[in-house]
Formats: sequence, C-alpha cells, structure tokens
Amino acid sequence: MLATLSAAMLADTSGQALAHASAWAVFAVGAAMILTGAAGVILLRNPVHSALMLVVTLFGVALEFIDESADFLAAVQIIVYAGAVVILFLFVIMFLGVDRKEAIAAEPTKLQKPLAALMGLVVLVEILALSRVDHWASGAPAQSGVLNGPGDNVQKLGQAVYTGYLLPFEMTAALLVIAVVATVVLSKRSAGSPERSSQGDAELSGRAGDPEDSEVSL
Amino acid sequence: MSVPSAWYLVLAAVLFGMGATGLLIRRNVLIMFMCIELMLNAVNLTFVTFARLLNDIGGQVDVLFVLVVAAAEVVVGLAIIVALFRRRAAATADDIHILKG
Repeated sequence: MLATLSAAMLADTSGQALAHASAWAVFAVGAAMILTGAAGVILLRNPVHSALMLVVTLFGVALEFIDESADFLAAVQIIVYAGAVVILFLFVIMFLGVDRKEAIAAEPTKLQKPLAALMGLVVLVEILALSRVDHWASGAPAQSGVLNGPGDNVQKLGQAVYTGYLLPFEMTAALLVIAVVATVVLSKRSAGSPERSSQGDAELSGRAGDPEDSEVSL
Repeated sequence: MSVPSAWYLVLAAVLFGMGATGLLIRRNVLIMFMCIELMLNAVNLTFVTFARLLNDIGGQVDVLFVLVVAAAEVVVGLAIIVALFRRRAAATADDIHILKG
C-alpha cells in the first residue's frame, strides 16, 4: 500500500495526489481502529473494557463514513452509538455489578470455542466468496436521489428522508415509542413478583446482604 | 478517486466475521450484545460503501434507519437483561436455560 502511495505521489505532485494519499491514510487509520476495537470486544475478559473497545470500533466506523463522504452519518454515529448506546451498556454493566472477569475456564462444552472460531471463519469466507461469484452492484440509476449532486450531504439526506422515505421515517417514530413503553413495562416490578433470590446473589455478586441492595430492590 | 470500494467491503466483511465469532465465543449476554452491534456496524459500512458506489443516497438513508432500529433494540434488550438479572443473578447465556419449556 505504501508503494502504491508513493508511486501515486510521484506520478503527479498536484493536490489530487495529496487528496488520494490522505483518503488512504484515513482509511488505514479507521481500519486499524475498527479491527483493534473488534478484537478487544471479543477477547477482553472485563465487560467494561469490552465496552470501551466498542467505542474505538465505533469511532473507526465514523472515520470510514467521513472518508466515504457520509458526513451526517459520521456525526450521528458518534452521537448515537458512542454517546448513547455505549453509555447505556456501561450503565447496565455497572448497575448489575457484572463488571468482574468472566470465568473463562469454566466451559460446559469442550469444543465450543474452536467450533465458534471455525464458524466465524466460515461466515467470513462465505461473504467474500459470494461477493466474487456475481456482480451485486447492478449499476441501475439512483431511485432515491443522487449522492454526488450539488448541495450538502445533510441537505440531500434530509430531502430523501422527508420525501421518498417519509412513511418509514414515521414508522421509526412509532418504533421508538413502542421501545420506550416496552422498556418501562419490562423494568417495572409488579407487586406480586418474587424478589431476587438472595442465595444465588450472595454467591455470584457477594453484595446481597448490604443495605444498599435492599434499598434498590424496593 | 479515493480508496476503492472493495477495500471497504472487505473491511466490513472482516468486521462482520469478527462480530459473529464473538457472538459464538462469549457467554456473557452483554458482550454478545456488543458483538451484535459490531455486526450492525459492518452492515452500515457496506450500505454507505454501496451508496457511494452506485451514487445513490438511499444507502445512507438505510443506515439512518438501521441506527434507529439498533438504538431501540439495545434499549429493549438491555431491559430484558435487567429483568432476567432480577430473577437470578446470572449474566451468562448458559444461566438462562430457565426459558426452556
């Protein structure tokens, strides 16, 4: 990649070569962040560390969005994912007190790990093989507006959302309301429901007896 | 022009594969959830790449909808995990065999 970079730089030293090189640089940095973060999420023992590595991956994806001129989506990616979703994850991790190391040695099934890795490899190979067997990009003209026309990315995206995609957009509003109601219903404790069994708690979290816990469970 | 689209597609495929592997390897429900987020991000990257490849804004609109659905899914999923955790202090998938009929 470095060779092609320097070759491109030598071929013409105009601003185009510089733009080319910077696009490659942004791609490389984003890819490194994405892969490092993903490896961290699946390999680190502590759930808090995994959540923080997820942030690295999400920032990497936002970088790739910028590289592909999806400016608005890059901003939304950071605000919604890194700002809201990961905070929610961390909140639940710390609220439940599961921020301790996973007992990785206690495996109920022997072959599960190698089989899982093999399965992931099969998924990857399948995707790459399928992308080779046919032309998935039909080359058909844009139905919902062009990407590279005049105007801002935000303007074009907004125009598409509020014209052609108006009904799906309204449905997402309904979906969000349903999700909020479902969350309230799920986390509401009904009067007759049994409290958490203190026996299992004492073994697993070791804080079933403290007064804070009983206060919370009211 | 800039980086060829194939690079992004391969990167997205690798990210999806890592997410799928993590989903199968890990037993902690919260980390399995994070792996689902990894796979969703891989798909988003593919959408944006094809939007650029086909010069169609529709791919980016789809990413917007995926973001909304992912946010709703995380909220409901975490509420289910909290509700499960109240019944029994268990955050691993093996401990949820009470769902078995």
